[in-house]
Amino acid sequence: MAQLTPLTAHLLRRAGFGARPDERADFAQLTYPAAVDALTNYDPATTDIDGTIGTPGYVGITTNGRFSPNLVINDARQRWLFRLVHSPAPLQEKMTLFWHHHFATAFSKVSGIVGATDGTRMMAAKPSEDAAGAKGQIELFREMALGSFRDLLVAVAKDPAMLVWLDGRQNTKNKPQENFGRELMELFTFGVEHYVETDVYAAARVFTGWNLANVGASGTAAAYYAFNYVPNNHDTGPKDFSFPIYSNGSRRIETRAAASGMQDGIDLINALAVHPETAKRLARRLWLWFVNETENAPDDFINTISQVYLQNETRMRPVIRAVLMSKYFTDPARQYTRYAWPVEFVIRSLKEVGYLGFSVNSAITPLLNMGQQLFEPPDVNGWELGPGWFSTGGMLARMNFAATLATNQKVALREAARPYKATPEAMVDFAAGALSMPSLANDERDVLLSYVRSGGTWTGSDAQLLNKAGGLFHLLTGSGEYQFV
Amino acid sequence: MKVTRRDFIRGGVAAFTVSFGAPAFLSDLARAQGASRRNLVVLYLAGGNDALSTLVPYTDNFYYSRRSNIAVPAGNVVQLGPDSSGRLLGLHPRLSGFRSIFDAGHLALIQRTGYANSSRSHFLGTDIWSTANPINSMGPGWLGRYLDMLPSPVDPLAGWCTQREVPHTLIGNKVSVPGIPIPVSGYALQSPNTGGQEPTFSRNAMAGLASHLPAEKPHLSFVNGTTQAALATLDRVATVGAYGGSITYPGDGLSQAFKAVAGAIVQGIGTKVFWVQIGGFDTHATQNTNAQNAGYANLMGSLNTSLVAFYTDLRNQGLLQDTLIIQFSEFGRRISENGTAGTDHGAAGLMMVMGGSVHGGFYGTAADLNPFPNNPTLENGGGDVTYETDFRAVYARVLDNWLGANSVSVLGGDYRKPSLTFI
Repeated sequence: MAQLTPLTAHLLRRAGFGARPDERADFAQLTYPAAVDALTNYDPATTDIDGTIGTPGYVGITTNGRFSPNLVINDARQRWLFRLVHSPAPLQEKMTLFWHHHFATAFSKVSGIVGATDGTRMMAAKPSEDAAGAKGQIELFREMALGSFRDLLVAVAKDPAMLVWLDGRQNTKNKPQENFGRELMELFTFGVEHYVETDVYAAARVFTGWNLANVGASGTAAAYYAFNYVPNNHDTGPKDFSFPIYSNGSRRIETRAAASGMQDGIDLINALAVHPETAKRLARRLWLWFVNETENAPDDFINTISQVYLQNETRMRPVIRAVLMSKYFTDPARQYTRYAWPVEFVIRSLKEVGYLGFSVNSAITPLLNMGQQLFEPPDVNGWELGPGWFSTGGMLARMNFAATLATNQKVALREAARPYKATPEAMVDFAAGALSMPSLANDERDVLLSYVRSGGTWTGSDAQLLNKAGGLFHLLTGSGEYQFV
Repeated sequence: MKVTRRDFIRGGVAAFTVSFGAPAFLSDLARAQGASRRNLVVLYLAGGNDALSTLVPYTDNFYYSRRSNIAVPAGNVVQLGPDSSGRLLGLHPRLSGFRSIFDAGHLALIQRTGYANSSRSHFLGTDIWSTANPINSMGPGWLGRYLDMLPSPVDPLAGWCTQREVPHTLIGNKVSVPGIPIPVSGYALQSPNTGGQEPTFSRNAMAGLASHLPAEKPHLSFVNGTTQAALATLDRVATVGAYGGSITYPGDGLSQAFKAVAGAIVQGIGTKVFWVQIGGFDTHATQNTNAQNAGYANLMGSLNTSLVAFYTDLRNQGLLQDTLIIQFSEFGRRISENGTAGTDHGAAGLMMVMGGSVHGGFYGTAADLNPFPNNPTLENGGGDVTYETDFRAVYARVLDNWLGANSVSVLGGDYRKPSLTFI
C-alpha cells in the first residue's frame, strides 16, 4: 500500500482534522494537487453522514433518552464531533468551524434570551429535521462553507442567532442599536482601522428594521423565529459613510422609502464584501487559520489571496485552494509548527488512536477544560488561536484526554501492538509510527524506552502489552510534540 | 503535638492547622509575615447584583413605594446604622452573619460604585469591570496585568481560579492562571494504568518528555514548559484537595470554593490572587427577596454561610490579617421593580470588602431614591442609581495599599481617591 506523503499528511491535518486509516489509504493514491482538489471539490449535497450516527463501525454518542441534536445543545455538540471524525468532506467541517470562529456567536447568550431549546435550534437545527424548517447558524455555515462571502454576509445579517446575539432586534429608527453595524465592519469585514465612529452610527441606521418575527402556531413545535424586515422601524433618511458604497464612488446611501429600505443593508454589505481591505483581512484570517498564528502574513501572500478573492466575486472555494497551494502552506519547514486547537487535537487523536467504542460525549468536558467549547466561543472575536490555548490547566486537560482515550482503546492497542512485542524498541517505534508526529529525538525515545522497561523485565506478556501499549499512546498523544499540526 | 516557635518558623505558618484555642503568638507571627503572604480573593456576583436588596435604605419611603412587591420590611433588615449622609442602612436579613464582622470593623461597604455611562449589558459591563477600562474593554484584565508585572519567572499558581473558566479579570499577556474547578481533586494527572507504580511511571515519563526543550523549536519548548509547570503544580494543588479546615464548610459550591481558597492559603501555596464566583443575580423576574427558601434570599443565604465559614476558618488560623476579599458585580439594578416582581439592569452598585486588615464601615453615601428632576444621586430619568465612587478607585486602593503594586501603571491612570481608606 502506498504511504501518505508528509506533505499530504500535513494537508489533512491543516485542511482537515487528521486522517483515519481509510482516509490515509485513499489519499496515499493522490498527488498533492489532486489531494487539494479532492478536499476542495466536494459536493455539499452529498456530505451528510448523520444517518450513520449511532450505528456500528463509527465513533459513538451517548444519549440521555432520545438523541436530539436539533433541540439539546449537548447533543448538537455530539453531532458536530461525530461529523468531524467521519465527514467525507473534512475541509467543509474545517471551514464551518472557521465561520463559527469568524462570526463567533455563543449559545449561552442566545439561549439566555430565547431559551435553551430555541437557542439550540438557532445554533444547530438541521432544516430537514425541524418542524419549522429552522436552519441553525452552523448549518448555514456548513452549507455556504466555500461559497460566496458576500452571500454569507447577507445570510448572517438575517440569521436568527446573529440577530439575537448582537441585539439586532433592538435596532429601530428611534433607538438605533450599534452592535451589529459595528461588528460587521470591525470583525466581519475590513477591520477597525478602516472606518470611523460616524460610520458605526450610519451602519446602525442602515440595519434598522432588520428583525425577527414569530412564526408557526405558538406552543407547537412549529413555533419559531423567522427573519422579518419591519419597514416602520426603518430609518429612511440618507446615510453617509467615509468609504465608497457604490461603484461610482458615491459614499451615500440615499433616502429610500421604508418599504424598500432593506436594500440599504444589502448595499452596505455589497460595498464591504468587495472592499480591498476586506479581501486583505480575510487573507490574514486564513493565514492565521491554516498557516501560522504567531507571525504576520507576508505581503505577497496577502496580495495573492486577496486578488483571488476579488477576481472570483468573493467565492471562497478558489481562495482556499490558493491558500492550500501557496508556497507558504506547502513549505516542509512549516509541518508541525502550528499550535493544534483543542478540537484539532481531540479529533486527530480519535482518528489516529482509535474510536470504536468511544463516545464523543466523553470529549465534551475535556474540550471545555482545554478552552474550546463548540457553540461557545469566548466572545464575538472568536477563539484566541496559538499559544494562548496552552495554560497549565489546558495542557493538563490534553494529557488527561490522552489518558481517557488510551484507557478506552487499551485492548485494541494491545492487539495492534502484539506484532511488535519482541522488544521495547519495537514497541516504541510502532507507537510513534502509528501517529502523525515528527520523528522522535533521541532523548524522547530514551524516555519512552525507559517507560516500557519500568516495572519489571520486558517479556512481552499480555499484561505488559496491555499496560505499555496504552501507556505509550497516552504519553505520545499527551506529549508536547503531538500538540502541533 | 507540641509546636515550638522554631519549628513553626521553619515549617511556615501555613503548614499548621490551628484550632480555636490557638496561642496568641501564632496569629501574631502570621501577621508579622503578612507583607509577603498577603492574598486577594475576588468574589464576583454574576448577573448584576441588586445592591438595593443587599444594603437596604430601610427608611427611604421611595424604596418601599417603588418596590411594593420586593422591598425588604424595615423590621427584617439587619440594621447597621447611618452612613455619613445620615441615611439608615441595613443588610439583607439572610446576611445576619455579617453583623459581627461589620461590628468588628472588618467589613467595608462601598456604596454607589460604578462609572459614567454605565453599560447595561452583561457582556460589556463585565468586560469593563474586568479590564478597568470603560473605553476599550478588549485587552487583558486588571489583575492579569498585575500578575504580568510580578518579577519573572511568575509561579504558575500566582493566580488561582476556583472554576474551570478563567475570567477576563485574570487574563494576562504573560501569566496564565489555572482554572481549578471544585473538587480540587479533579486537578490531577490521569493515567491509563492504575495498578501499582504504573501511574508514577507515566507521570515520570510525561515529565521526561516535557524536559525536551530544543532551542530550534521555540513553540515546542513553550508547550513543554507549560507541561512542566502543570506537573509542578499538581502536588501543591493536591495538598489543597486534602485540606479539612478548622471548621466544617457547608457542601454548596460557593462554600467549597472558599474552602479551596482557605486550603491554598493555609497550605502556603503562594497564590496571590484567587477568584470565586457565584451566578444567579440576573433577577428579572420573581426575585423573591423575602422568600424563605428561594431566589435572591437564597443567594444572600449562600453568601452568608460561605463567607462566614471562610472568615471564621481564617480567623481561627491567624490568617485573617493576610486576606482581603473584595466583591463586585457588573452593574446594579433598576430602582423600581418591573411587572414581573423582579428588577432590570441598572447602573451603580455596591462593593463589599472584608478582611482582618480592613477599616470597616460605610464608604460613600446612599442614593436618595426620590425621582425628582435632577436628583444628583440618580440617572436615567430617576430610574437608576448613579455612581459616586469610580470602581477603579477601589481597585487602585487594593493595588497600592494591599498588593504593593503601582496602581497608576496597572490601571493606566491615576484613579486614587484619598477618602477611600478601607485598607
